[in-house]
Amino acid sequence: MNNSLLVVVLASGIAYGTPLLFASLGELLAERTGVLNLGVEGMMLVGAVMGFWAVQRLHAGAGLSLAAAIGVAALAGTAMALIHAFLVITLRASQIVSGLALTIFAGAAGLSSYLGNDLNLSTDPARHQFHAIFPASVQDWPVVGPILFGQNILVYASWLCVVAVSLYLSGTRPGLNARAVGESPAAADAMGINVVAYRYAHTLVGGAFAGVAGATFTLAITPQWVSGITGGAGWIAIALVIFAFWRPELCLVGAYCFGALQALSPQLQAREIRIGPTELWTNSLPYVMTVLVLVLASSSGARRRLGAPASLGLPFVREER
Amino acid sequence: MRIERRLRQPRWLLVAVPAGSLVFAFFASGIVLLATGHDALSSYRQIIDAAFLNSGALGQTLTSATPLAFTGLAAAAAFRMRLFNIGGEGQLYIGAITAGAAGLYLGGKGGSSAVVIAAMIVAGGVGGALWGLIPGILRAFFKTNEIITSLMLNYVAGYLLTYLIFNSRSYWRETKGFNASVFPTAKTLPDSALWPAATIHVRGGIVLPLGAGIAVLVAVVLWALYSRTRFGFEAQVLGDSPRAAKYAGMRTRRTILAVMALSGAIAGLGGASQDGDFRHMLDADPNGLQKQYYGYTGIVVAALARYNPFAVVLVAFLIGGLQNAGNTLQGADFPSGLVGVMQGMILFSALGGELLVRYRFRVGRAPEAAAPEPVA
Repeated sequence: MNNSLLVVVLASGIAYGTPLLFASLGELLAERTGVLNLGVEGMMLVGAVMGFWAVQRLHAGAGLSLAAAIGVAALAGTAMALIHAFLVITLRASQIVSGLALTIFAGAAGLSSYLGNDLNLSTDPARHQFHAIFPASVQDWPVVGPILFGQNILVYASWLCVVAVSLYLSGTRPGLNARAVGESPAAADAMGINVVAYRYAHTLVGGAFAGVAGATFTLAITPQWVSGITGGAGWIAIALVIFAFWRPELCLVGAYCFGALQALSPQLQAREIRIGPTELWTNSLPYVMTVLVLVLASSSGARRRLGAPASLGLPFVREER
Repeated sequence: MRIERRLRQPRWLLVAVPAGSLVFAFFASGIVLLATGHDALSSYRQIIDAAFLNSGALGQTLTSATPLAFTGLAAAAAFRMRLFNIGGEGQLYIGAITAGAAGLYLGGKGGSSAVVIAAMIVAGGVGGALWGLIPGILRAFFKTNEIITSLMLNYVAGYLLTYLIFNSRSYWRETKGFNASVFPTAKTLPDSALWPAATIHVRGGIVLPLGAGIAVLVAVVLWALYSRTRFGFEAQVLGDSPRAAKYAGMRTRRTILAVMALSGAIAGLGGASQDGDFRHMLDADPNGLQKQYYGYTGIVVAALARYNPFAVVLVAFLIGGLQNAGNTLQGADFPSGLVGVMQGMILFSALGGELLVRYRFRVGRAPEAAAPEPVA
């Protein structure tokens, strides 16, 4: 029963959905203060390669290495986000072009590939990886075993992050200030909120989340480094934020749906289930579904009412309002 | 020190800023090279040699520059009206697929070379335009963000390309012969479908591919379209101020569709040129066309050229040199990915430089602001 297609797809859907969840939570934080960062894919890849590097080069126990690797990945993502933040917040550059530039700079043909190559990472499997934390007997429980208890600690950490981000945005003073900055920076400024500092802080935290999301690939899902390992997950994460109407809880639902779609392709191929041009449609499915979901989320004029921050994508210049 | 908006943008700045961005980007990438233990100066000398100076280097650079001119023009055509078509990569693949079909079919039936090549150009353009119209239609009718949809379609187009050669017995795939049974390959185009090229016999021979000529032609047409026609004017108004365009009675949807189709068609032409000029088959090799990232690099080209079609051609040549050097030098002392790092740096500095075009810095205190009107 635990080997049935549905259970396996759901269980690995949660695993595949975890990097999407981390990345979309980070993007959500940045967007809620009005900073659109299209560089998620690049930040994830740099986080992925640096996290992997830390695990390979640190000579410590598994737990310590992995914890350090997550820290390194978060720092790497933050460093990438800093470039974007400086360009769009301080230099008032176009958020769209700057985010694209970040993905080109850091992405599959850029810095992440350079680092992977230069640090000779692409030959070996990871020395340590995240394993499921519950004992095998619990994991064998029917249905809920593999789905809920067969996951690694990053999955459970991501659930905590959803709760934390949700509480932060709805129930704390800084969270409410951040939302004010995203909705109306001029009003927030008049209230005495430091718009620039809030935007920097949330963009950087968003980068840290993206870095951890990348490391989830290289340390848990496919524990090795391959150039371009994220395969567009960063872009799907950006779409998820729109799909989730900028709400953390819905990011979780969306991330697992897309994770399940990504899990479907290898499962169908492993079970030799063929329906039409299988390789084509199973591989393309997550991307096509992203397009369809975006169309649904954006049509019917639902966008404004359902939570897009009003100042998303616009620079704030105190003298020019 | 204060930053204030420029009322007029001096012409020399429009050249000086991109040039300065290039210099700054080389400087910043040099720091990356030094930080990872490479000799930046010798790397740069190798790049310049491999891109422009070595025997045969200019021809190679043209080979890399031609697709970049197409994808750069495609990006410039759309970005200029703030339609962010990131789908040049996929539109190029689809153009290569449709042009390949036209070349195989008509060439196989023994059509004359001129007819076959013309058909390939049309097919490539139409294929790219149709693929570009998908995000265009979604944007025009459902207001769906074209950035993400066009990008997602790149992956779909890539999987389609792979599928046609590796996972199916499609029209494009070679099914006869010993090699084809060992490793899946595409059918080679018949001779009449190969695009002619002019050769200049200097420095080891510089081959001028037909595609390069077409790209220059497209640049001229694009310039005329945007600066001399009503359509171009409407597109620019729409980009700068959608509301003004609406009040002036411009047909927003039609313009969005036309611009996305135009942008896709130009990228599709790049795909046709890949088939006819360079690869002579539909290249689905995972380390071939799909590893060049022409579509994404085209965005760098367009942004550095500030969306001016003629500048795109020039910048495509420079960035093509960089790309070519990256391909030739790849090895132990020249890590792959360096070219992407440099391209990203160029884009960052071009973006930062934009501040200098739009604003100026004044040193000193602000003049006393006029006292606010007393409120009665």
